[in-house]
Amino acid sequence: MEDFLEIAGEKLSNRLFIGTGKFSSYPIMKQALEEAKAQVATVALRRVDESSKTENIMDYIPQKCKVMINTSGARDAQEALRIGRLAKAAGAGNWIKIEVIRDNKYLLPDSIETFKAVEVLAKEGFVVFPYMSPDLSIGRRMVDAGASAIMPLGSPIGSNRGVKTRELIEIMVNEIKLPIIVDAGLGKPSEACECMELGCAAVLVNTAIAVSEDPVKMAKAFSQAVYAGRLAYLSGIPAMGKTARASSPLTGFLREDKPQGDGLASDSQSHNKPQ
Amino acid sequence: MSFYGVYSQNKDLDLKKAFSFISPASIQESLEKNNLDTKQFLGLLSPQAENNLESMAQKAQAITRNYFGNTIQLYAPMYLSNYCDNSCLYCGFNLNNDIQRRQLTLEEVEKEAQFISSSGLKHILILTGESRLKSPVSYIQDCVNVLKKYFTSISIEVYPLAENEYARLVVGGVDGLTIYQEVYDEQLYAKIHICGPKKDYKFRLDAPERGAKARMRSVSIGALLGLGNWRREAFFLGLHAKYLLDKFPDVEIGISVPRIRPQNHQPQVGDFKPICQVSDRNVIQIILAFRIFLPRLGIAISTRENPEFRENLLSLGITRMSAGSATNVGGHTLYKEEKEQSSQFEIQDQRTVGQIKAVLEGKGYQPVFKDWLYL
Repeated sequence: MEDFLEIAGEKLSNRLFIGTGKFSSYPIMKQALEEAKAQVATVALRRVDESSKTENIMDYIPQKCKVMINTSGARDAQEALRIGRLAKAAGAGNWIKIEVIRDNKYLLPDSIETFKAVEVLAKEGFVVFPYMSPDLSIGRRMVDAGASAIMPLGSPIGSNRGVKTRELIEIMVNEIKLPIIVDAGLGKPSEACECMELGCAAVLVNTAIAVSEDPVKMAKAFSQAVYAGRLAYLSGIPAMGKTARASSPLTGFLREDKPQGDGLASDSQSHNKPQ
Repeated sequence: MSFYGVYSQNKDLDLKKAFSFISPASIQESLEKNNLDTKQFLGLLSPQAENNLESMAQKAQAITRNYFGNTIQLYAPMYLSNYCDNSCLYCGFNLNNDIQRRQLTLEEVEKEAQFISSSGLKHILILTGESRLKSPVSYIQDCVNVLKKYFTSISIEVYPLAENEYARLVVGGVDGLTIYQEVYDEQLYAKIHICGPKKDYKFRLDAPERGAKARMRSVSIGALLGLGNWRREAFFLGLHAKYLLDKFPDVEIGISVPRIRPQNHQPQVGDFKPICQVSDRNVIQIILAFRIFLPRLGIAISTRENPEFRENLLSLGITRMSAGSATNVGGHTLYKEEKEQSSQFEIQDQRTVGQIKAVLEGKGYQPVFKDWLYL
């Protein structure tokens, strides 16, 4: 059975979304997107220059890759709304990552202003992806406001610190019915894999790919790690136990005598449910 | 409390005594931390830290890459006017200097804008001499109205304004403010600024804060190296940047450390010899200390520096640079031949936008021509 992430009628088989800032050149960015077979790329509208006679970032997004405009640079809901509407008017589509940041020291999102923008843009027909701190209550409000997925941060943007918010992301995965896409802070493919093993629907990576010594190879590494994590999640990862469990139990010979059909036969199966 | 309060609390700092507490171990400790306090920043500016330049450079490069990626934002300066009401010893626009004074008409502004924008740049920095009479806010706004057709981000570097004047320009399409204190040492400031409204130290010192309150998207500050003791000046510039970052977390704060360059240059009107020598090594130490102290800070490098030095600084923390610069009024198209006679300062890097772009690409950087849009 094929495994798709379906959002707003789009079926995505690749769950690695890639951010397009920070690359040393557009051609390298394009190669990285192609090598990873990325199906979604985020593009900051503030970097889009359609009037450019030389280079426009949009020309370097592979045709098979969907553009998700982001509102990077917005300081409040009003600015995010204006950016969203400008993007739509410019023909950039209606997938939009709402990123509202009022703190340039840590680049942490302002979830309240983000929520306000989500409410309006969802009503206007945008497919909205709010970038936010992993807060269950606000996440639920984002769902009610019409978000199509929730994008909690793993750690601050560009920090490469990994999934520091793991506990909170796990709660969101368990409680929120929309796809959870971890955005920001992932520094290594293993961390992207970790998110997928947790049951996240996708991850978004930029810095770790763009600033690596070989962004094209690193994009591929992330893509494969995301696939591996997803596969592991779908396979049902066994729960961790505090004591050893021998793969060949010493009392295995009693198997024929164990109770049948009472649901107590095994407690070692994961409670994780594949999406 | 405005920044003047912070300055006042620290102005009697005994540098010699403060540096006597700096040890190799304390510098190493600073390099292993993520959040430095102001004392540790001072340590990175100390003579002792000169022994740690390479490890500072390694750390600064890693921080810059993580937060800004392999990109350098480009912009061009455009001088609108060189009329000035001040007599500042170091400046070519000093009212006592015998230079050709002029102010661009709106038609001339458009001609310059057309030329600069044809290079693909979308960020423009407009400058005037400091004459409120000749270049009132209304004139600046008129120019902005012309420039909005060509650029998506417009910054100003003009005489200090009142908060409501900054707010008026923000509504009118300006998103960035650059204003340099020139020298933080208040006594030295008084000696160098002979006469004119620029003598008002406090009004200038608080201008960046007024701009931030007026909702400027970015505010850049700076000290002109070569006037006061560079370690002290850099320290106060750092305190100022931190003050603004803490008070206005949603404003992009940037710095620049232009340096008076007496060496190997063509004599200009009102030539000024630096009071304090600042070597290439010193400039590098300042930039590295800033990057480690304030990782998200924008750092611009001046065209006062020569091409080779500018290029070498790229990997150490620089995030913005000008290209295709001219520091005389109408210098891009109208009065190109007058550059030496009527410039504010001498440019060491005269390369065109295309040349700078090629160099950046060759060094593995993406030159960013557009990084904001007018909302």
